[in-house]
Amino acid sequence: MSVTGIIFSNIHDNNLPELTRVRTMASVPFGCRYRFIDFTLSNMVNSGVKSIGIITQENYQSLADHIGTGKDWDLASRSGGIKLISPNITAFAQDNRRAYVTTRLESLKSATVYISSRNEDLVVLSDCDVICNVDFSDMISFHVKTGADITLAVKKTTLSTELAEKNVIIKSDNDGRVNDLLVYPRDVTGDHDISLNIMVMKREKLLDIIADASAHGYTSFNTDVLLKNINSYKIMSYSYEGYFACVSSLAEYYACSMELLNPDVFRALLGVKDRPVYTKVRNSPPTRYDEGSYVRSSLLADGCVIRGTVENSIIFRGVTVDKGAVVRNSVVMQGGYIGKNCSINCSVLDKNAMIQEGRNLSGHQTLPFYVPKNSII
Amino acid sequence: MLQKKECVAMLLAGGQGSRLYNLTEKNAKPAVPFGGKYRIIDFTLSNCVNSGIDTVGVLTQYQPYVLNEYIGSGQPWDLDKTYGGVKILPPYQRANGAYWYKGTANAIYQNMGFVERYDPDYVLILSGDHIYKMNYNRMLDFHKEHGADCTIAVIDVPLSEASRFGIMNTNDDGSIYEFEEKPANPKSTKASMGIYIFNTAMLKKYLEEDDNDPASANDFGKNVIPKMLADGARMFAYQFVGYWKDVGTIQSLWEANMDLTGEEPKLDLRTPEMRILSRNSTRPPHFAGENAKIVNSLVTEGCEIYGTVINSVLFGGVKVAEGATVRDSVVFEECEIGEGSVVEYSILDCRTDTGTDCRIGEPINSGKGIALLGADMYIPDGTVIGGGVMTSDYKKEGK
Repeated sequence: MSVTGIIFSNIHDNNLPELTRVRTMASVPFGCRYRFIDFTLSNMVNSGVKSIGIITQENYQSLADHIGTGKDWDLASRSGGIKLISPNITAFAQDNRRAYVTTRLESLKSATVYISSRNEDLVVLSDCDVICNVDFSDMISFHVKTGADITLAVKKTTLSTELAEKNVIIKSDNDGRVNDLLVYPRDVTGDHDISLNIMVMKREKLLDIIADASAHGYTSFNTDVLLKNINSYKIMSYSYEGYFACVSSLAEYYACSMELLNPDVFRALLGVKDRPVYTKVRNSPPTRYDEGSYVRSSLLADGCVIRGTVENSIIFRGVTVDKGAVVRNSVVMQGGYIGKNCSINCSVLDKNAMIQEGRNLSGHQTLPFYVPKNSII
Repeated sequence: MLQKKECVAMLLAGGQGSRLYNLTEKNAKPAVPFGGKYRIIDFTLSNCVNSGIDTVGVLTQYQPYVLNEYIGSGQPWDLDKTYGGVKILPPYQRANGAYWYKGTANAIYQNMGFVERYDPDYVLILSGDHIYKMNYNRMLDFHKEHGADCTIAVIDVPLSEASRFGIMNTNDDGSIYEFEEKPANPKSTKASMGIYIFNTAMLKKYLEEDDNDPASANDFGKNVIPKMLADGARMFAYQFVGYWKDVGTIQSLWEANMDLTGEEPKLDLRTPEMRILSRNSTRPPHFAGENAKIVNSLVTEGCEIYGTVINSVLFGGVKVAEGATVRDSVVFEECEIGEGSVVEYSILDCRTDTGTDCRIGEPINSGKGIALLGADMYIPDGTVIGGGVMTSDYKKEGK
């Protein structure tokens, strides 16, 4: 079965206002050299998906820059490849209808042209911020084998009330057929299957759903499409066992970043055989460790110069840590400069932050100190 | 439709590089790894691109698979062009027979058909075994300004070393009056870098003459250049200032790698205007473990360092286990150094692993020389391999 992919790039932007002020959720930097969308893109490519449409809404310059022609994912192709689907706002739209698309269903409407122009049998839809290494081809075989109309990827997760409010709980019978959805439920705790916001269905089916939703003025995929049709559609849940993170606050972003320092998590996400995670190639030279460097329990990308101390940290490409500087428990994004004798602890430094000699920055694990892009401190 | 190119580069990449011993056993010299994430040929290819030359013929003959795969479509260097770009040029059969490349000049001669497709005014001849960053465009400007038939790039070498090089003796205006190959008593310190710019018509004329001379070794340095000088052609030396290294020997390859380390490295790869591009290998960031110690070294994507790395260059995916030490060494990609093993003053070719408590090489000041381990080996626990030893005796099964 041939498969095309759809990725929602602006979904959940509101969860990370700090990091999405200048970018989409899809292009949030993560894990030394990646952007969130790299995980979904790589999952699709590694599962044999050769055409992918990325639905955009706003603020997507950084995303367009990151994706380029798609060649770094082997998606620069004549028959498919990568396509950024820009927001579909016609010149004759009324002001009030010009409001940005806000839900999954509405953004799908803007992608109708793309979806109908493809000729693949199936479509796999995914959010941009699902950080996992999943083999979609297994999920697709499951979908075909069970004869489902729609297959949802789920993962058993222990929920706090706080976490439950940000997730969709999927309830299914013993055969895996979905019989209920709890959308952002309150006062729920314990072990539940949560939706990973990854779906597989027939491309024609998706077009029917969009047309029907459009005619009825529906807005929510979960409540208006899935819940309303839970008996008439055969909706199956596919259980994913591997590592999964979905980031819904800066503190969670920080926690997920730090989790990468656990070798088991690192290998489950970035070290899976034959399923590498691709990203934009930047041609940085190797990282140079000079005299005076002291680095432990850290992940570092290429292009850095390290002359100071780095502990328990995530260091992106092209970061300089100068003499006597100490970076602990922190995330330093691309192009950061940590001056001499600085001390950085529990901080998230966005791109190109420049911390001048002798500065001390510290947050706390529960509330990391955030330094915006291009800041000079 | 064919379009004219002002200058076409021809990169000689067919040599065996026998003085690199087992590093070139199954690999052409230009494809030998260098500097953590590069191969030697990346420097010349990147120089071409950084100089605005977008048509490059790469002449291959010896063990071409790795090199062919590496160059591929030329995409990493932006040399995947609609017209031009990088093209691999192996020897080929023609109506009157089939011939190997007999020498550097003959290799170009056999591919004049390729050059002429682009109708260039100038041909730049390069060799794929030097490490340097150079803007060939400045040399081309010099060539044009001087109305030269041929311009040869030269670099000042210490007088004591001059007798190892081809030396250009020049007049005050930069014109060459004499060329001496490895002179016992050098008159100048201007060493040829093996980089030539020819006017196309002149190159064609001399290559035809050279081909008709049965006594010729068909070599630029030995035959073509001396013949042109003898005929009184306008030949100029273009002085290059900067880092340049022939990495034709194990010692010089090791030194050139070390030249990338240190706070002010002799060869700085961090120059945005002269970026060195390479084919990317899709590896995750590198990890420094709880007890890692990394000083004065280069480390790149995919490495996992749990032990000690000092004064060394590690390539992608190298693993150094807890309690292991790598010192004064160059370790090619995917090598794994087992617990408690010590690697000193050595070069390890790709995918060679050591067991635990091995001792590879001897300290740099022991005077024993560099230990060289071939590719795809497994060195059993506790093995001792002395300084200066070159071995391919421990191949993994099936290799």
